[in-house]
Amino acid sequence: MKKVEAIVRPERLEELREALDSKGFSGMTITEVKGRGVQRGITLEWRVGDYRVEFMPKIKIEMVLNDTDVNEVVDIIQKTCATGNIGDGKIFVYPIEQVVKIRTKENGTKAI
Amino acid sequence: MINSGDTAWVLISTALVILMTPAVGFFYGGMVRKKNILSTIMMCFAPLMVISIQWVLFGYTLAFGPSHSGIIGGLKWFGLIGVGQLPNADYAATIPALAFMMFQAAFAIVTPSLIVGAFVERIKFAGFLVFSILWATIVYDPVTHWLWGMGGWLRGMGALDFAGGIVVHVTAGFSALAIALVVGKRMGYGKDNMEPSNIPLVVIGTVLLWFGWFGFNGGSALGANGLATSAVVATNTAGAMGATVWMILSWLHRRPSLLSVATGAVVGLAAITPASGFVDPLSAMVIGGVAAVISYYIIVLRMKFRIDESLDVFACHGIGGVCGSLAVGIFASKAINPAGANGWLYGNPALLNSQIFAVAVTAVFSFAATYILAKFVDRFVGLRVKENEEMVGLDISQHAESIV
Repeated sequence: MKKVEAIVRPERLEELREALDSKGFSGMTITEVKGRGVQRGITLEWRVGDYRVEFMPKIKIEMVLNDTDVNEVVDIIQKTCATGNIGDGKIFVYPIEQVVKIRTKENGTKAI
Repeated sequence: MINSGDTAWVLISTALVILMTPAVGFFYGGMVRKKNILSTIMMCFAPLMVISIQWVLFGYTLAFGPSHSGIIGGLKWFGLIGVGQLPNADYAATIPALAFMMFQAAFAIVTPSLIVGAFVERIKFAGFLVFSILWATIVYDPVTHWLWGMGGWLRGMGALDFAGGIVVHVTAGFSALAIALVVGKRMGYGKDNMEPSNIPLVVIGTVLLWFGWFGFNGGSALGANGLATSAVVATNTAGAMGATVWMILSWLHRRPSLLSVATGAVVGLAAITPASGFVDPLSAMVIGGVAAVISYYIIVLRMKFRIDESLDVFACHGIGGVCGSLAVGIFASKAINPAGANGWLYGNPALLNSQIFAVAVTAVFSFAATYILAKFVDRFVGLRVKENEEMVGLDISQHAESIV
């Protein structure tokens, strides 16, 4: 079992959810986050001159998957969320030790 | 003789101007960081409480009471004794003296809240309260007497201020600069991010100010008449011009930001205030536009000097007020207001001299008196919060409240 965690542009979220849904990946948790990468934030227009916004709003998506599904999901996220511009985000894959479904007490891959 | 139309208009105008005080709070509140929104709104709201009381007790009589050598009104009307439902023809012959008093109260209340923009995010609330009450007594009430009080010395010299360009905006602007220098920069000024926390709130404040300004300037005609209408037209025109010019300046820099449009509107409205009852709509357009350009570059300059007069009360109100007050000396016309005077364009260059003199006296007095007063309050009450209080934010450290 693996966890796929992706930081993406907020405006790509709906399209990404649809793309994942259409391939049968319905479960995910999203969080509104702020962060920065090589882009380092942006400069906006104050009443006169500039002000800096150092942390950009992003969406963090977390999905726990069977090992066999990981490549497909990573692929969908990458394709759907890439705009080619700086600030498209990153995808991380982690190993998962245990999953328990609270309603049924099932565990392991059955609980995914 | 009381005129019911005039009285109704002045009472409505009073309510409009009263609305401007919390509006200043929204205007400023949206521009500070999230941890200081409540503190900023609180400080703008506070004069509605304490200056309302100060004005009834002794503020009104200091400003408008029977004059002592043109310098200050006496204490004859302490507690509004003798200020009643009958008109006082010295000030307004067709409305109750109490209506005039209350309309003026709204001006005395809103002026200290304008100054709040100078020291947001770092001032101690107790020190602020003491400062504001003393400022109203030592700076606002005397200057009001000089320009508007019966026998006031600047008024006697022929200086004109229709709705408070000098009395309200020049005093607030130059005092803001003085107290900002005493209180000092915010921690991290010029280094940390100071992003505006809520631009829609700024815009709510701006439109409520614009709305209230019809009472501020239109009500200053003290009657429901052609002059009030003319002032309303001049007000709207100058506000629109200020906003438009500022939008263009912002666009030339990057993109037309809503924050810049809101600021330009306030500058245009502040600038037309002293002139609103003396000039025609085309002059109002020039006044709003020119003031916007000058104020914009004053802010650029202020940032270059790294003075943390945080929300630019000096540039917006001080410079706006100066521009409009000097413009009276150029554009004023007796065809608009027979009780006024002609300016330079209408063959009377002398008016500009008395305008320059009144502005200079008020600017120097406001700056100096406020600087000394702020030093005094800082010494005996304290004006600056502790470092950790400033870092946590004034909402929690001064008011034990938080928006999150």
